[in-house]
Amino acid sequence: MSMINYAAREISCKIVYYGPGLGGKTTNLEHVYGRVQPNTRGKLISLATETERTLFFDFLPVDLGTIRGFKTRFHLYTVPGQVYYNASRKLILKSVDGIVFVADSQVERMEANQEAMQNLYENMQEYGYDLSTMPFVIQYNKRDLPNAAPLPELQAALNPGFEVFETQRQRIAPDPYHAGENLIDQIPTGEWVERAPYFEAVAVTGDGVFDTLKAVSKLVLKTLA
Amino acid sequence: MRSLQQFLYDSNARCAMLVDRSGQLVATVGEQPRFDATSFATLTAADFSANDQLARLIGETEFSSLFHQGEQESMYLVDIARRVILVVLFDNRTTLGLVRLKVKGTVEELARLFTAMFQRARDTKHQPNILAGAEDEIDRLFR
Repeated sequence: MSMINYAAREISCKIVYYGPGLGGKTTNLEHVYGRVQPNTRGKLISLATETERTLFFDFLPVDLGTIRGFKTRFHLYTVPGQVYYNASRKLILKSVDGIVFVADSQVERMEANQEAMQNLYENMQEYGYDLSTMPFVIQYNKRDLPNAAPLPELQAALNPGFEVFETQRQRIAPDPYHAGENLIDQIPTGEWVERAPYFEAVAVTGDGVFDTLKAVSKLVLKTLA
Repeated sequence: MRSLQQFLYDSNARCAMLVDRSGQLVATVGEQPRFDATSFATLTAADFSANDQLARLIGETEFSSLFHQGEQESMYLVDIARRVILVVLFDNRTTLGLVRLKVKGTVEELARLFTAMFQRARDTKHQPNILAGAEDEIDRLFR
């Protein structure tokens, strides 16, 4: 849950990077850490095993600017990718304000992506959080690899959309990040669905990392506005 | 805050911090820490959450306090009203026994205070919204 500190004039929000193991969640944070000014970020804390697999979480606080005189401070967390660390994955989701799902684009990781997405839904549900109404973006990482699955395939599998039931929201909403595509749309069978904004990325080179972070941060702040 | 200052004085502990269960630092009293307080708060909350799960595994509902002992510096963590964690940092100038003894009253007082505060927050229907109507400013920030 976001916290507003009137004394320090700060708004703090929590963003969690979720996704399958070795998908690039930690790499996203490392890139952000390397690229932002040292005076606008804290230390990158990593609770990892000796083989650099995230054991509990990675954590990076960053300031993304000032709004209405309040510093916007985002606490970025990653969860462990492996499902057998589910207890810690779930703990990190507590009081989350926004989620980035980092999918591994490689064809052979499709099942792992779906398993992680399913696990995200379940863990969120256990806290009583509704993923369809909270800031949520998907990043398709590793787009540079030759075995990367085509985007429409990934979208169909991981981002089919949440059904929109309220009639006042059943109208086309264009995707601000992809010309010609819509976030809210009517599918051929007649239902209205809302998809999460998505981004293509190559986290090792930093492509798409900030686009993803900016999009989720913006969505989080808009929920406060 | 006065109650925490009195506690530090009585127990001879160096510093007391209040950390929200989600890992946000709420307040610091006493010596200002020379380490990264943001990371410290996050790890404290994670430490408490992990120990909560451990408690459940052995059939307890929670561990209401935790103690980490170092050679010079030690820390004692106590749950307050299931919402906030009080972290006490102390060194060899005092003992765990004294810290535990003196912190008891402070914890009770803080628990009353926070429970009343959260109740007030729940009862207040309209929270002041500092970002109301700031959509344009948010758009500009992320252009």
